[in-house]
Amino acid sequence: MPKRGDKELQKKIGKNSLKLRIDRLLILFVLVTGSIVLLYPLFWMVATSLRSTEEVYTSGISLWVKELHFENFVTALTAFPFFTYLKNTLLIAVCSLVLQTISSSLAGYGFARYYAPGSNILFVVMLATMMIPGQVTMIPQFILYKNFGWINTLYPLIVPAAFAGAFNTFLLRQFYMRLPANLADAAKLDGCNDFQIWLKIYLPLAKPVLTTVAIFEFIGKWNDFMGPLIYINSDRLKTLALGLQTFQGRYVTKVNLLMAVSLVVILPCIILFFCFQEEFMKGIAITGEK
Amino acid sequence: MIQEFSHFLSSIMPESAAVLLAPLLLLGVCVIAVAVIGYTLMKKKKIRRTTFVFYLFISPWLLGFLITQLYPLAFSLYASLTKWDMVSPMKFIGVDNYIKAFSGGDKWFYQSLKVTFYYAILSVPLQLILGLLVAVLLNRKVRGIRFFRTAFYIPTLVSGVALAVLWKNIFNYNFGLLNGLLNAVGLSSQQWLRDPKLVIPSLVIMSLWGFGTPMVIFLAGLQGVPKELYEAADIDGATALQKMFKITLPQMSSIVLYNLIQGIIGAFQVFTQAYTMTDGGPDGASMFYMLNLYEQAFKKFNMGYASALAWILFIIILLLSGLVFKSSGLWVYYESEMKEGEEKAKKSRKGRVRNA
Repeated sequence: MPKRGDKELQKKIGKNSLKLRIDRLLILFVLVTGSIVLLYPLFWMVATSLRSTEEVYTSGISLWVKELHFENFVTALTAFPFFTYLKNTLLIAVCSLVLQTISSSLAGYGFARYYAPGSNILFVVMLATMMIPGQVTMIPQFILYKNFGWINTLYPLIVPAAFAGAFNTFLLRQFYMRLPANLADAAKLDGCNDFQIWLKIYLPLAKPVLTTVAIFEFIGKWNDFMGPLIYINSDRLKTLALGLQTFQGRYVTKVNLLMAVSLVVILPCIILFFCFQEEFMKGIAITGEK
Repeated sequence: MIQEFSHFLSSIMPESAAVLLAPLLLLGVCVIAVAVIGYTLMKKKKIRRTTFVFYLFISPWLLGFLITQLYPLAFSLYASLTKWDMVSPMKFIGVDNYIKAFSGGDKWFYQSLKVTFYYAILSVPLQLILGLLVAVLLNRKVRGIRFFRTAFYIPTLVSGVALAVLWKNIFNYNFGLLNGLLNAVGLSSQQWLRDPKLVIPSLVIMSLWGFGTPMVIFLAGLQGVPKELYEAADIDGATALQKMFKITLPQMSSIVLYNLIQGIIGAFQVFTQAYTMTDGGPDGASMFYMLNLYEQAFKKFNMGYASALAWILFIIILLLSGLVFKSSGLWVYYESEMKEGEEKAKKSRKGRVRNA
């Protein structure tokens, strides 16, 4: 009896492993096809940016470039004040990133570590504000900044980042909640105050979440279109998103140049993501915990 | 005052430093004000020390909430009851703006609602289904899984105007990628963005390219589903479909809810695509709600009417979210979470006391 049972078990395992292998191959096939379909538009973009204007119209879906025209990039980037726009965009994105990571990490720490009258209600209010669409508050904010004299300056695009965003605060609160409270005991004995405990003990541990927040903020501000559209008029202060919009209106037929500029605009986000991929995924994973 | 202050700052230091410093200093002043008030209250034993520290820590959020959300909400509610072009003073006109919208005084109001709803109904469920299915696949242990996770997320990094420009050319009649594909399999070319029937489905296809946002959140949620559940199901001989509907979906239902509400909000905020790719055309077939609002506010300077539009949008989103929440009682699975939540809350309360 035991021998027969063993055989049956082996049979079962053998069958299972075959099934498992087919399963895996199938998944692999779906994943490979999926990534090709998803990345194809990007490859097409790269190919188009390197083609001559005539070749663009005859290539169809092919990715093969007969003649490489690297000078497309030079022509495209010198056709408008690219570097001024780049400087403005970088300034907005980097300042926002710094301000947002600091402020949301402070607020998240407060929600995670302290209990005070009203703290639970405020937390619920904060979650509820995620449902307020930005556009509802857009007009009054515009009026507010207009009264400050901030129209046609970079302030309205940077200052709001100093206020902790609800999603980011939530993310950091979830993270700080997981850390044991007695982590700071030694520091307290050394006479550190609440702020120093946050700065020296808790903040450094939050690196993966802070990276996630920073990447979201950077990419969000880098690609923001409506903000600059409303607040910026003068060429000197325009961002890449605005510049690309004007460029595409002016060079509708020069598809290769359009693709070259678009490629340059999206490249920093993709590079940033590649560099901090691990931390980004780790940070996101925290949202999955209840 | 702030203007003069920042002018002063830029006169004494490079512009870029002033840009960063001015808001920081302003915020600093606000925080210091809160701190001084709190500290006095604390010294007079009116409030506990932890209360003071709590409010100090959350002040970056609380101030932002008051200045950039609560005040604007109240202000735009008031503005929506006025006639106002930003030049002459506001004139109170009651609910006339709302009447104008609903009685057809704005020829794009109903059209923009129709377009936006049509887009949302197609785009949100498709994005969620695709996001969930791919997340389940990417949660398996397959060789090269890290590469695939990156590959599936990369399109999501392309957004804003660059995304619009890329897809405008993918949809191009003469040389676009999609028509190239159709021709390759023997079908005839389509006027994707110029055909009133195809323009919204086209924009939905484009939105599906960015399904990575719900996907990564699903992926994060999947990692929180206990593996024992799947092991138990395997022993019972459950099929993949059964596991999906009996384990994955119930365990993930709160995350589905989150993604659904965020998806709805996102769909109602579509602007850049419409502005850059179609400008509302052809014949208003892609006149999204936000495009109409933008034109009313910043092209025609009907600030009062635009505020009314904004509030109508807000109420629609609230109603839809409320509906989703209400129906979620039927399908969101809370049982284990509540137990866990209570335990965690107890623990953290202890932690807080100890910490204080």
